[in-house]
Amino acid sequence: MRMNTGDTELAMAAAGGDAKAFAILLERSYDRLFGLCFRLMGSRAEAEDLCQDICAALPTKLARFEGGSQFSTWLYRVAVNAAHDRRRRAVTRAKASQGWGDWEVNRTEVNKEQADAQDWLMQAIGTLPDDLRDTVALVMDEMNHREAGAVLGVSEGTVSWRMSEVKKHLKAIKESEQ
Amino acid sequence: MSDEFDDLKRAFDSAMPAPDAAKRAANLALAQENFAALQGSPSAPRPISDAPKMGGFGKGLRTMFDALSSKAGLTATTALAAFGLVMVLPVLQYGPPDVFTQEPAVMIEAPIMEQAEDFAVGAIAQDAVPAPAPRMMSKQANRTRVAPTAGLVADAPMIMPEANTEAFASAPENSLKVTSETPVSTFSVDVDTASYAIVRASLMNGQFPQKAAVRIEEMVNYFPYDYAAPESGAFATSLAMMQTPWNENTQLLRIALQGEMPEIEARPPLNLVFLIDTSGSMNQPNKLPLLKQSLRLMLGQLRAQDQVAIVAYAGSAGQVLEPTAASERDVILGALDRLAAGGGTNGQAGLRQAYALADQMQEEGDVSRVLLATDGDFNVGLSNPDTLKDYIAEKRDSGTFLSVLGFGRGNLDDATMQALAQNGNGQASYIDSLPEAQKVLVDQLTGVLFPIASDVKVQVEFNPATVAEYRLIGYETRALAREDFNNDKVDAGDIGAGHQVTALYEITPVGNETQVDALRYSAETSDGPNDELGFFKLRYKAPGQAESQLIEKAISTTLAPDRELEFAAAISGFGELLRGSERLGVWNYSDAVSIATASRGEDTFGYRAEAIRLMRLAASLSE
Repeated sequence: MRMNTGDTELAMAAAGGDAKAFAILLERSYDRLFGLCFRLMGSRAEAEDLCQDICAALPTKLARFEGGSQFSTWLYRVAVNAAHDRRRRAVTRAKASQGWGDWEVNRTEVNKEQADAQDWLMQAIGTLPDDLRDTVALVMDEMNHREAGAVLGVSEGTVSWRMSEVKKHLKAIKESEQ
Repeated sequence: MSDEFDDLKRAFDSAMPAPDAAKRAANLALAQENFAALQGSPSAPRPISDAPKMGGFGKGLRTMFDALSSKAGLTATTALAAFGLVMVLPVLQYGPPDVFTQEPAVMIEAPIMEQAEDFAVGAIAQDAVPAPAPRMMSKQANRTRVAPTAGLVADAPMIMPEANTEAFASAPENSLKVTSETPVSTFSVDVDTASYAIVRASLMNGQFPQKAAVRIEEMVNYFPYDYAAPESGAFATSLAMMQTPWNENTQLLRIALQGEMPEIEARPPLNLVFLIDTSGSMNQPNKLPLLKQSLRLMLGQLRAQDQVAIVAYAGSAGQVLEPTAASERDVILGALDRLAAGGGTNGQAGLRQAYALADQMQEEGDVSRVLLATDGDFNVGLSNPDTLKDYIAEKRDSGTFLSVLGFGRGNLDDATMQALAQNGNGQASYIDSLPEAQKVLVDQLTGVLFPIASDVKVQVEFNPATVAEYRLIGYETRALAREDFNNDKVDAGDIGAGHQVTALYEITPVGNETQVDALRYSAETSDGPNDELGFFKLRYKAPGQAESQLIEKAISTTLAPDRELEFAAAISGFGELLRGSERLGVWNYSDAVSIATASRGEDTFGYRAEAIRLMRLAASLSE
């Protein structure tokens, strides 16, 4: 019976303290959450770590879930915010690493980059401003503009505008490569 | 035909890894553990890790390096960078030879890292209540930061001076405005010249600058022009108009301001605090050594009653020289010579200390200024650049201004430099050579250090009866909203003694072929006077004043061209070519050379001759 229960109902139950509901909900949502994390961060290791951040914080956050929106929308919002936190910390840490010698940092970085073997498109999202990056990750995740807008707390029109900005950015990057 | 987004999506889909099973199980277990803990004691949930999860030293290191992965340019170029550095050093033009042998520093010092983390946390707590920020700041926060992409490498794989982490302040080109729809154009003045120096350094290196680094107004404003000095008041305006070299249907309208030059003899005593970045990345011939030489040049311009202090910042900040009269040259030079590069960058602590010193030196009537010299690694300890900007803005209001001198290339954070100087009512200059130091710190020192007007805003209302379309060339990062013009709370650029500001509009007179068709159903409002192109308004505040003053002037349709405008037009066209603008048609670098050569004039210091050489260089590179 329970397996047919909707995610949002499960989330409400979990918010009320139902451990089993929480377990089922997480089991169901994890893979999709991981997919979004990957699109937000652009690398597997970062996506795994982001998932860990979210899983660690989810129980506390879920306690405040009131069913005002779809669970999936809510979860994606949590993920986008966690990605922000993570990027912000990454910036702080990257800054802190200056004294370690840029050369060594870069060398390590290049090895890793080559191991990942991601092409220019993957790197391209790294050059997008945060808001565009979030938007493009959500839209890549098969969300329509209205749903993405609900996650980001902006209007559908804003998402559409951002997507046209993203395309402009990508085009410019592509052109500068040729 | 698929677009770039589809490509990106496909790339992500095909690269999408399955979640690691062990990690997945661990994460799920973690969540359930936290869930259970939360039910047990709702008042004390297990804290989520906000500090970096350091699974031992090795993991922390790895995490930290991972954090850099979003800097695409930095990563893509590294193999070349380490290699290219060796090849490029011998051709660096300036800087003493004794430092050429130095290798890029590779330092692994764990203590600095920890210290920096601690500081970052402290800084957040300390700055939890920021001062109300002037509106300008939010604009700057919105400015597009264009991170370098891998494309740069493709352009010039053999000449890559350093790993490139430069970020440039830029914005999309100002679009064409139709006068009947948007008759009013408002912008803040800009006397920065950093962009020209960056363009020059790139071209001298045999490569085109990144498009985002080209800010046309800064290129135009780099050159001294022969404008009439004001007879009374702080400003004289100088208007002129000429046929646009690259478009027969348009005219170039120049609006220029000439600031008054107060008597230098009577200038107030000056308190200067040099805030010098001595982080490891400064350890290159075109950075710290050039900086020392530059400041040495500048010392010659100071007077006995002026005071100098030096604060150095690296892993930690420290006072290197207590406030010392400028007449004690030996003491000051000795302190400068003792500066050595090493360690991380703790810019914020340095800045606090520098401001504290400036406060201490301040006496009635003095002009106090912090002069920040850095290669742009103004980083460690700043969790939030906006907090820093707020801090600088607050200090500016208390009377101590900030100017920024940029040195070296590679991780010059042009966007941050600009933002800092703008918020500190100062100027951002980029110093790539001793001659440039001469220009900024000797020839134009008075202008750099002594403001004559702040929050200078320009508004032009075009007359739809005479002007069909117009476009402001450059000033993209300086645009203001129409209503900001009369709002004295909105921060804008500042002008120092003797400074000049030149702005060019490309206008299409009514009757000429326009680029946008006229609307069939728009209300006809072209009933302005036929002998005016528009109306020019200037607002500025005298130093220390809170209320602005207004200068107004009608722009006649019968303005004549002059030589200064022709040279500015050549530079402006040069900048547009470097930005890859499509407006210029077949007009090319050689055309820029011929106009600039014809309008070179006296050119006492050879600035214009140098620009012509750069244009010729660009012409050769583009073939």
